[in-house]
Parts: sequence; structure tokens; C-alpha cells
Amino acid sequence: MRSTLIRSTAQRMFFAALFALTAPVYAGSLSVSIEVPRLQVSEYHRPYVALWIARENHQVVTDLSVWYDTALRNNEGEKWLKDMRQWWRRSGRNHTMPIDGVSGATRAPGVHQLVFKAGEAPLGNLEPGSYVLNIEAAREVGGRDLVQIPFEWSAENSERVYKASGDNELGNITLRVF
Amino acid sequence: MRTLMKRSFAALFILSLAANSYAHRAWILPGATVLSGDDPWVTLDAAISNDIFHTDYHAMRLDDVNVTSPKGVSVALQNAHTGKYRSSFDLNLTEPGTYRIYTASNGLLAQWLSDDGQRRRWPGRGEAYTDEGFQNNVPSEASDLRVTQVSRRIETFVTAGAPTEQVLAPSGSGLELVPVTHPNDLFADETAEFQFVIDGEPAAGTQVVAIAAGMRYRNSQDAIETTADEQGKVSITWPHAGMYWLSATYTDERAAEPATQRSGAYTGVFEVLPL
Repeated sequence: MRSTLIRSTAQRMFFAALFALTAPVYAGSLSVSIEVPRLQVSEYHRPYVALWIARENHQVVTDLSVWYDTALRNNEGEKWLKDMRQWWRRSGRNHTMPIDGVSGATRAPGVHQLVFKAGEAPLGNLEPGSYVLNIEAAREVGGRDLVQIPFEWSAENSERVYKASGDNELGNITLRVF
Repeated sequence: MRTLMKRSFAALFILSLAANSYAHRAWILPGATVLSGDDPWVTLDAAISNDIFHTDYHAMRLDDVNVTSPKGVSVALQNAHTGKYRSSFDLNLTEPGTYRIYTASNGLLAQWLSDDGQRRRWPGRGEAYTDEGFQNNVPSEASDLRVTQVSRRIETFVTAGAPTEQVLAPSGSGLELVPVTHPNDLFADETAEFQFVIDGEPAAGTQVVAIAAGMRYRNSQDAIETTADEQGKVSITWPHAGMYWLSATYTDERAAEPATQRSGAYTGVFEVLPL
């Protein structure tokens, strides 16, 4: 019994060491391309956009990116963060803005490419599993859009591409896991 | 000219709207528009907001809010209060019929380039228009001098008992809505017809936008957009019951001297009842 125990402890240590070495196998990347549509409206403001990863039960794993109006005096741009109402409920309201490495200025219409690397903020070490990428946009005197893309994050790291699109405030969204 | 300027306006919000008709929507919102009983009261809110009828920006000053009774008598605002995001007041509808609640103004806006190339305007933001001020502050000749005749009107209607027509007559100054369909007789799925007039004449080409209340509870503005025909008329079919914010803008080059441009902005709040 005793020797078995020792042996299994040693085995465990061996596997733990092996796991530590092999852990970077999980480390892949996420790339997200987000189309901010060009809209013909009399009054246009760039949308606020939030990107975050949640588990299937909506629990937030990490915020990836938050675009809001950072140029207004007295942080007045923060007043409208709650218009991204799902993000605000799930994550935003628990933060103090700005969020280091996550939040930044709004972006112009066009396609924006974002890459997040495993092991680096803000993606960090994502455990293998099923997740949902959420992209929410809200535009002043405009509308609001939420796109949800379920995806698998696994050890194999074979490339997978997921496509979705918004209704009005978001255009085509492509998520690439590799 | 004198009639043009008969009402100068002190309301800061209106001037800032005139300068920058951007983002912020002004409105006077009645708690109810169709009332019955011997002694009805109604509460109204007045504010400038980003989202329709969500008090998220500024209270409207009540100094220039007027109420006309069905017989044409001026009615006092009661229990007036101005908070951070909205003003509110009560009206006691002692006469049966339709009341008009409004704030309206007409004036001139001058813009020019100073000798050193700086952009100038009079009246400045938050400044009131007066004939005297115009004489004293606007140069008779300047580079790129443009004088615009500017009118603003923000209004709503409430009715005790049966609707009446007297208060609906236009004043003949600025951009106004002349109801063809009574403004307190609007129902979902029915088509309402309104005529827009500028200084009493049909305002052909007036751009009209109607947005339903409750923007916070949906994903898009769902604005109804239309343009007035040669008679200044528009037809709007209300998609569902609720309060609606209706905004109209008009511009042309047929201004009275010294103005070269004429612009009018109108905002009305209308209640649509379910069938």
C-alpha cells in the first residue's frame, strides 16, 4: 500500500510537471473581426462596443475590449456605458473605468481586427471548454445590438472559424480560434 | 420685422438647440391627454433628453412655457418644480375642451467671420435675442455674414371632455403644426394627417420624424420618417398605442430682410390610444 502511494505521488508529481510543460499547448489565440456598419443617419455617433467571454451560464470569464467615449471632460462618456445593457449587467457595473488593457476609445465605421493571445491579458489562461463570445453595441440616439457566438476552446487548437452578424448596429463578426 | 421678433426668448436650452440641433430632444410630456370628470387635473413633465421620454440630460426651464385654454385664456402652471433632469407642473382643466401647452420663439441668428478670421455668432449660446442686441452686436457688413430667421416651437395638447378646435389655430409665425386630425383623437393603426405651415404658409418639404416612447426598452429607434407634400401635409399611421415624440424641421431661402435663410423647428408630443 505504502509503496503504491509513494509511487502514485511520484507519478502525480511527474504528471504535474508534464502538465506544466504541456500547458502551453492550450495557449492559442482568438481573433475577432468586427464590422461597425456605416449608417446613413442625420446624427451619427460612433457606437459603444463591448466584447467579453462568458460561460454558457452567462458567467463572465473575461472582458476583452470595451470601446466608449473617453474624450469627454469629467468622464462624462461613462454615463452611457449602461446602454450596453447586458455587458453592464454581467460585468460593467462591477468595474471602475477605465479597465486597464481592455477599455479604449470608440472606433470609426469599418472592419476592426482584434487578436487576443492565451496567457496574456486580457484573455489569460482560458480552461478548455465551451464558451460564448458576446459582442454588444449601443449607439447614442441609435440602436443596440447583441451578437453571441458559442465556441469551443480545446487542447487540439485546430483552427475553427465562427461567423455571425448583427441586426443593425453591428455588421459581420468573424471569430477565429487558432 | 417687428412681428418676427415679437417674442424674444431667454430659454437657454432653445438657443443651444438652435445652434446645435444635435442629440438632445426637448419635450413637454403630459401624464394623460384625454380626461373626463368635473374637475380634471393633469401633470406634465418638461425636459431635454437623449432617449425619448427618459429624463437623462436636462430639465426644461418653465419660464417660457405657456398654456392656452379652450377659450383662449392663459392658464397658470401649478406646483411648478424644476429638478436636475426634468421640470414638472400641474394644470387644472377648469374649462372643457382642448388646451395647448407650448413654448415658442422667433428671432434672428447672425453668423460671420471677424477680421482676424474667427467665427462669430449672435446671439451667443444661452443669450437671448433682442432687436437692440442685434443692432448693437451684428456688423452690417462682414465676411461670410449669414443671417437666419430661426423659429422654435415645443408643444403638446390635452383635452378635458370633447376635443375642441379653437386652440389649434396657428399663430402665423414660425414653423407650426396645424392638425387635420385632432391631436387628442389619435388611435393605433389609424392614419393621422397634419399640415405644417411656416409663417402661416404651407411648409412644403418639412422633414418629419416620429419616435415612440420607451427607447430604453427596445433595440432600435424605430423612427417613422416622412416629408411634407406641396401643401405641407403629412400622414402618419401609428404602429401602436403610446406616447410619441414628433419633430419637424424646415428651411428655405425666403426670409425677410436682413435674413437670407429661414429655418423652423417644431416638436410635439402626441398620445396614441389603443383601438
